[in-house]
Amino acid sequence: MNNSRPQIQGGAPEALAEVTKVSGPVIKARPASLFVMNELVEVGEERLAGEVISLDGELATIQVYENTSGIGLGCSVHGLGLPLYVELGPGLIGRIFDGIQRPLQELCQQWGDFIHRGRSGAPLDREHLWTFSPLRSAGEQLSGGEILGEVAESPILTHRVLVPPEVEGRLERIVPPGDYTLDDLIARVSSATGHSHELKLFHRWPVRKIRPSRKRLLSADPLITGQRVIDTFFPLTKGGTAAIPGGFGTGKTITQHQLTKWTDADIIVYIGCGERGNEMTGVLTDLPRLLDPRSGRPLIERTILVANTSDMPVAAREASIYTGITIAEYYRDMGYDVALMADSTSRWAEALREISGRLEEMPAEEGFPAYLASRLAAFYERAGQVITLANNTGSVTLIGAVSPPGGDFSEPVTSHTKRFVQCFWALDKELASGRYFPAINYLQSYSGYSRQVEPWWRRRVGEGWLELRDRAMEILQEDAKLQNIVRLLGEEALPDDQKRIIEGARLLKDGFLQQSAFDEIDSYAGPEKQFFLLEIILHLFDRLAEVVAARIPLFRALELPAIWAIYRLKSTLKGDESAPFQALREQIDLEIDTLLRRHHESSF
Amino acid sequence: MKTTDQPPEIFRSSARPSILEYIGLERINGPLLVVQGVKGASFDEQVEILVAKGPPRQGRVLSISEECAVIEVFEGTSGLSQVSTRVRFLGHPFELAVSREEVMGRVFDGLGQPLDGGPLLTKGARCDINGLPINPVARVYPEEFIQTGVSAIDGMNTLVRGQKLPIFSGSGLAHNELAAQIVRQARLLSDDQGFAVIFAAMGVRHDEAEGFRRSFEESGVLQNVAMFLNLADDPAVERLITPRVALTVAEHLAFEEGMHVLVLLTDMTNYCEALREVATSKGEVPSRKGYPGYLYSDLASIYERAGRLQNRPGSVTQIPILTMPDDDITHPIPDLTGYITEGQIVLDRSLAAKSVYPPVNVLPSLSRLMSDGIGPGRTREDHQDIANQLYAAYARAREAQRLAAIVGEEDISPIDKLYLRLAREFEARFLGQRPDENRTIRETLDLAWELVMLLPEQELSRLKPADIDSHGRGQTRAGAQVPWGEEDE
Ligand SMILES: Nc1ncnc2c1ncn2[C@@H]1O[C@H](COP(=O)(O)OP(=O)(O)OP(=O)(O)O)[C@@H](O)[C@H]1O
Ligand SMILES: [Mg+2]
Repeated sequence: MNNSRPQIQGGAPEALAEVTKVSGPVIKARPASLFVMNELVEVGEERLAGEVISLDGELATIQVYENTSGIGLGCSVHGLGLPLYVELGPGLIGRIFDGIQRPLQELCQQWGDFIHRGRSGAPLDREHLWTFSPLRSAGEQLSGGEILGEVAESPILTHRVLVPPEVEGRLERIVPPGDYTLDDLIARVSSATGHSHELKLFHRWPVRKIRPSRKRLLSADPLITGQRVIDTFFPLTKGGTAAIPGGFGTGKTITQHQLTKWTDADIIVYIGCGERGNEMTGVLTDLPRLLDPRSGRPLIERTILVANTSDMPVAAREASIYTGITIAEYYRDMGYDVALMADSTSRWAEALREISGRLEEMPAEEGFPAYLASRLAAFYERAGQVITLANNTGSVTLIGAVSPPGGDFSEPVTSHTKRFVQCFWALDKELASGRYFPAINYLQSYSGYSRQVEPWWRRRVGEGWLELRDRAMEILQEDAKLQNIVRLLGEEALPDDQKRIIEGARLLKDGFLQQSAFDEIDSYAGPEKQFFLLEIILHLFDRLAEVVAARIPLFRALELPAIWAIYRLKSTLKGDESAPFQALREQIDLEIDTLLRRHHESSF
Repeated sequence: MKTTDQPPEIFRSSARPSILEYIGLERINGPLLVVQGVKGASFDEQVEILVAKGPPRQGRVLSISEECAVIEVFEGTSGLSQVSTRVRFLGHPFELAVSREEVMGRVFDGLGQPLDGGPLLTKGARCDINGLPINPVARVYPEEFIQTGVSAIDGMNTLVRGQKLPIFSGSGLAHNELAAQIVRQARLLSDDQGFAVIFAAMGVRHDEAEGFRRSFEESGVLQNVAMFLNLADDPAVERLITPRVALTVAEHLAFEEGMHVLVLLTDMTNYCEALREVATSKGEVPSRKGYPGYLYSDLASIYERAGRLQNRPGSVTQIPILTMPDDDITHPIPDLTGYITEGQIVLDRSLAAKSVYPPVNVLPSLSRLMSDGIGPGRTREDHQDIANQLYAAYARAREAQRLAAIVGEEDISPIDKLYLRLAREFEARFLGQRPDENRTIRETLDLAWELVMLLPEQELSRLKPADIDSHGRGQTRAGAQVPWGEEDE
């Protein structure tokens, strides 16, 4: 058979268990005594991959990662003696894997356009020669997670070859600099107990187990996304957690694609969990063409994709989240900042529900199992900025989309997620249907990191960032109150000082918050551009106060050309320079001063 | 503990003769049969149920254990005897033999049996009707514009080849007319690579199915159509198979024969109700409104069977139709559909009440593939901006309408009055068109410009000044017959 999953060593004749029940992706097999909990198994002639999820008396329950059509009583079930794991080593970057890390590009080459059952392939290329430079020498004492040497994985990425976390001891032997494949032995370590470990360029790690680190940090570094509403109003940190809930078509996927393209993380892991095939194809087509603004290299060179689309088997959807996050932790352990997108965590929760239903477990809310909340908590707990075992700093930032049924945020997945994340970017159906994007509702959204990242902003753009942000937020909140009146009586009914609030909020909404993902210039805004833009809007807002104080009808000020220039700034100014803003500020002052002077003159 | 001497390389399937037959049923429950002590049958296997009187019925295995096999019967269980019913396990999942020559221009029932007196489907490769997931690496991102001639779609919710774009309707609204108009006018049909329309009916009325047939006939495409009909009085469980049979044919025509295939699936609401019926009979824990927790995955296994593939010329474009129970877009059926498909065209009762045809409410409507299917070289360079502007303006206009309803039309601001006028003209002239009116994309976009130019320029923040000059003002000039041409810089 065409399967390169490893066989257990030892060669002793293996006992086989037999299938006693099949119900969708869940099967039962006897005898249970042949397995351990969470062991990886192969089922039937086609050797479908599965995992033991419960052991009860005689019977083992197994979730199968492939379609079980054709599996019947008496089919063999064979334990592999390993838990569900991923292979971690050079060659992950730029690849796309399914939920259990089967390489989709190779599968396509070998087996064609459709995904057939039982067809697998090694996750990482075994033939490729990697140029390895050792950093340690024989005789040194090594502990788990330390850096053994380096490989250039892509032109912009140095892959640090790590000692597997559970290995520790004396480095007996290490190969000289040179070209090696993943299967070559590159080092031997002997532990204090006399155990000898042969190390390769890659190692395996069980996906359901957190990779260890030395210490967790409280991160004060923002993850800059280039999206104004996020960076300025609801910022995320490197190592932080964020959820994007929203009904269908409100912009979860586009937001995550924007973050995949523009965030200043070193590595992106993008998990398409139970979503559309075409969206994965879109990422796969776009990223090789788009250049990273920082390195000038194609964005695909820092990206790893995990795709378990909605038509793929549901159990592998459950696993895809863990596959993705384990890969993310691995790059964190090299000292990198990794951002992980999971689209959508609701589909993952539904996979849990479906499996749980087949197990006939007692359901809690809306059919979800009682352990939904603890699974979600455990997932978001794997985010964080840490001191690695090798004493570097690295981080995993988690950004999960949530797809609430009917767009109702009180449903179980959204409401539990809310408890475990610090940033909540609530998408709004109304905004989306008016094509107001990103449809992030600024009244419902929040970030627990705004105060934390303030020093960074102060260092980067100077004093006043937080004050500016807070003032803008105040205007938006006041506007929201006034809108209740406007809705009943119309804008005309308001006095000019309140109209000014409405106008200020309009400038903020249309000129700052709204940002088109499809506009070449507007798609990304650096921190300086964000700051200057906000500053100039609030400057105008202040000057309008003088107009109102002078009892000049507000509409006369609103006809000034400078205002229309502000609305267009976001999509006309590309760079981060302050000069154009300075020029516009002078224009505003000139126009308002003229208005005030003329009024003053005419009233005397 | 049982051990064997077999090395681990040897894996067993359940050895058995190709066909197994059992007599007698343990239990009959709704559409489900329970057969006891079945050895050798497998999950998802096709079964035939032989009864004393009448033709054999079809079914498939839903679950299997040492105690029993649970089987769903597509034709229903009415009239089955617990003692004399014989159940044959056929040794393979539900399959269909598909070839272009045998399906085109034909009419079948919901399981793929001929209804037109023609021959059974026997030629061609036998395909599992469940299909296989498409490797995302093998897909090509759909981006070829299909001109449907309907402004609400072409201008604001563009359809592209390989897209799945459902129509969310309500009972009694004009979804059938709209779908038929799209099929008649879609430019996709004029392609030289050959085209096909696959029509799958799930629980629709006779007259509706007949209306479609006549419309295909009148536009002269009948020989390119294959119809799979499960009508309102046909067995409900059969509906679970119908879309899969239709899509198996569509995939064959697209990916083996290189054709551009448009699949109409109507009415997905009936499909979902059949799924709920089976789930309830099985005693499963329901999630929302009694629908099973796997409704999303089940619908995805249908809707994801659309798209384009690398190195294969054809395409499958899906237009599923569903009626929203109580016009409620948050009902699980439209909700989960919207989460899977690449947008939705939403029909609206209040527009229909104003005699707007097609009554498309563009605000909740969406085509997610639009931005890639339009623009220079595909439609026109100003398409995205003018569509965005029209959306923003119409959203604001609806606000103005709401306000006018409260304070009266006289008491709203002058600018809101302009918005009111825009809303009226937009609904009457842009959305509204005749069922036989086939507008080019140019006509649609020019009409859009004409409408937004009702507003003062300060309101047009989504438009580029250069485009306003070339499309917007150009229009008024031409319309007003004023010789200002020399002003152009
Ligand atoms: N930032 C943006 N700029 C421009 N358009 C956007 C933006 N965000 C979303 N859109 C528009 O909204 C549409 C839907 O967005 P998206 O696919 O991200 O929704 P979603 O929330 O992921 O929906 P689903 O839950 O169904 O997957 C896009 O196709 C695009 O037209
Ligand atoms: Mg999405």
